[in-house]
Amino acid sequence: MTTNIIHTLAPEKWVSAYSDYLYNYTITRVSNSEIAKDLVQETFFAGLKSMKNFQGKASERTWLISILKRKIIDYYRKINSTKGKAEVRMNFYNDGENEGDWLEERVPNSWSEDADRHIENNELKVTLEDCIDNLPEKYGMVFKMKTIQGFETEEICKELDITASNLWVIIHRARTQLRRCMEDNWFNT
Amino acid sequence: MKSKIKISCDEATAICDKNQYGQASLFDKIKLNIHFIRCKFCKLYTKQNTYLTRLLGVYSEDAHCGKEKCFSEKEKEQLQEKVEKKIVS
Repeated sequence: MTTNIIHTLAPEKWVSAYSDYLYNYTITRVSNSEIAKDLVQETFFAGLKSMKNFQGKASERTWLISILKRKIIDYYRKINSTKGKAEVRMNFYNDGENEGDWLEERVPNSWSEDADRHIENNELKVTLEDCIDNLPEKYGMVFKMKTIQGFETEEICKELDITASNLWVIIHRARTQLRRCMEDNWFNT
Repeated sequence: MKSKIKISCDEATAICDKNQYGQASLFDKIKLNIHFIRCKFCKLYTKQNTYLTRLLGVYSEDAHCGKEKCFSEKEKEQLQEKVEKKIVS
């Protein structure tokens, strides 16, 4: 015999019960605090709209997370289609006989030798943070999920609905841009 | 299918980036090392990239300490009001 618990919804309690939980889930995926709050709000509103579709099989929290996940995918698709390309500084020749080679003005320069000494330096961290924030939004999102939050590749691909090779192209572009930004703003200033 | 040993700088740095997460294949790493023989820039890139990975590791530990701003009490109240308004309507 199976006893199935039928879950119910209590939307008047959502904000006090779940807003922090949903926020923390979101902020590890989108970088910006305001955007995260907006997505949480939209999730509550979408939940209210589709309350009649709730079958009680999952818990209220699981159900809200599933709505939030769709909101995050929508958000990723939006930033993916509206901007990104124009902001990317190219580092390699795009075509011609030199295709794939470093552009002369973009080759890496040597960094000062005492880089190691500064690894705990606070200003260095601020510069790093600024450089990450300067990445095109979708690069920043994928890069952070992979590098800062340490998500598995498969997990990110599933959540953002992208392929693994997509992901590695994004990581590659993000890191070449990040290296350049750190060189310009920290190591060779 | 032709599997090429010779790779461009773009491809070499892409392998290097993937390798920062320990996810480059052995064949990729071999191609990368062969590329280093003729390209000092990609070798330098790799050195710097490895340093950035260490730096990001330190940064990532800090980022987990929960300094993120959650909803303030006031924001929660406002959100609660909006939700209640929608429940009624």
